[in-house]
Amino acid sequence: MSSQEIPEEILPVEQGTAHGAVTVADDPFADPGLPAHKPRVQDIDERAARRSERAVAFLFTLSMLATVAFIASYVVFPVDQIVYIWPFGHVSALNFSLGMTLGLALFFIGAGAVHWARTLMSDVETAAERHPIEAEPEVKAQVLADFAAGAAESGLGRRKLIRNTMFGALALVPLSGVVLLRDLGPLPEKKLRTTMWSRGKQLINMNTMEPLRPEDIVVGSLTFAMPEGLEEDAHDFQTQMGKAALMIVRIEPDDIKNKREREWAHEGIVAFSKICTHVGCPISLYEQQTHHVLCPCHQSTFDLSDGARVIFGPAGHPLPQLRIGVNDEGNLEALGDFEEPVGAAFWERG
Amino acid sequence: MKKLSARRRHPLAAVVVLLLALAATGGLYAVFAPAGKAQADETAQSLAIDEGKKLYSVGCASCHGTGGQGTTDGPSLAGVGSAAVDFQVGTGRMPAQQPGAQVPKKKVVYTQAEIDQLAAYVASLGAGPITPTEKQVSPDGADIARGGDLFRTNCAQCHNFTGEGGALTHGKYAPSLEDVSPKHIYEAMQTGPQSMPSFPDTTMPEQQKRDIIAYVKAVNGEDSASPGGLALGGLGPVSEGLFGWIFGLGALIAVAVWVAAHTAKAKKS
Repeated sequence: MSSQEIPEEILPVEQGTAHGAVTVADDPFADPGLPAHKPRVQDIDERAARRSERAVAFLFTLSMLATVAFIASYVVFPVDQIVYIWPFGHVSALNFSLGMTLGLALFFIGAGAVHWARTLMSDVETAAERHPIEAEPEVKAQVLADFAAGAAESGLGRRKLIRNTMFGALALVPLSGVVLLRDLGPLPEKKLRTTMWSRGKQLINMNTMEPLRPEDIVVGSLTFAMPEGLEEDAHDFQTQMGKAALMIVRIEPDDIKNKREREWAHEGIVAFSKICTHVGCPISLYEQQTHHVLCPCHQSTFDLSDGARVIFGPAGHPLPQLRIGVNDEGNLEALGDFEEPVGAAFWERG
Repeated sequence: MKKLSARRRHPLAAVVVLLLALAATGGLYAVFAPAGKAQADETAQSLAIDEGKKLYSVGCASCHGTGGQGTTDGPSLAGVGSAAVDFQVGTGRMPAQQPGAQVPKKKVVYTQAEIDQLAAYVASLGAGPITPTEKQVSPDGADIARGGDLFRTNCAQCHNFTGEGGALTHGKYAPSLEDVSPKHIYEAMQTGPQSMPSFPDTTMPEQQKRDIIAYVKAVNGEDSASPGGLALGGLGPVSEGLFGWIFGLGALIAVAVWVAAHTAKAKKS
């Protein structure tokens, strides 16, 4: 309504009052240019400017005080003092005061600088015109001439021996980088397919570090085991456990739906790899009523009563089962290594 | 045999047969009756069992069956032991309010004396884990560091590294261990309530359970310290990331808006 009432010829004139605007009377989308500069209170009122100055100085002073407080709290608070601060709870007095004072010291410097810039520094808008990126023709000619002169002076075209050896040196240098790529190897060979388990290795309870006996394991319980002969302080303990970790549960033999699982169990005691076959997270969220095991990383779910079949989630393979039996001393022992590679799938797994 | 057979019509024959039959039944009963039953004749114990049976008939029998044999609505209670009763009823989980993925912790409806009577009755149905004593569950003098080790091996996968709890499948979850009494933690490990597997003394000795209790108390007790400041529920990177994105980034955006905003202009020069 209102825009129709305004006579068309005065619109561009009114919009184009600022400098730099191009006004074309017939162009309805004319560049309106920058709005007219309006001064701030501080620009016209010296008392307001002084107030701003004091405010900025106050913020900087607060920062100084915070820094002093930082040094003071470093000296005052012992490292183990715990205090209650609402709403943070029981926190270390030293950590809290150091973080708080350093944070405030930095914040007040920033706040002071921003307030200074916003209220006292010039806020007159200026337009900076862009220039063409291309160089002037004379400059270009000069650069090319300089290059040709330099090439001639160096004698690169004349002294072929120097030129060729230089090329050779430059070509060989990158080889040192290429040679270092050897450190990406060697290939894992059988390491991805084998674990520390082998025939006759006893199952060691990870709580007591004693060999497990079948009568120790009741239906509904969950136990973790590692292979006999692996020391907790061995240099490759984590590497070996990353593949050999076992979870052991007992299921009533009649409840085991998978024939192979029942045969590889010992009186219903089944030993499965604890490493998820999706991307290798440790997986032992065992629900004893359903015999389901959930992986906390991507929610892959395995049914331990049915050969650890994948019943949900992104895992592509069932959890490998370790074949177990009982040795002469009545302890549980492995009857071989896992039949399938444990853990995450890999390119050559097949 | 012939002599015996000849007197089968004697007037006292029936009495003799009856006496023999009674002796046989009594003798058989004495042989096969559970040994515990005979000792349970200590008056206090049998009184508790009787009282417990009454409470059981009112509060539990509709789901677990009149003799604890279990129905389609509730599992059999034979062999669950007094520790399971003390945990389930003592944390208010039982009696259950409604069927569902998981029976939650709620207000306790029985007194400790009634819980003990119920436990005595259920324990009389079959041998199982026994309610632990004060001394068995006390975290005093336990090895907290070893407890942390054991907690991360056995418990952390479901209950989180500091016992904050976590999600399981189909609406089930591992509850938070905050403010759970040492006795109930011990009983849960011993009996394996609901989805939780059990950790019997054969694979996790009593001392190790005490170490675990001490660790949980140290990291998730009433006055366990969080030296780093706001723990954000102790849930790990998810809650911390969310806090960073919303409050950290939010504050940065607010500051950026303030820095670039127009300053107040004088009305007219």
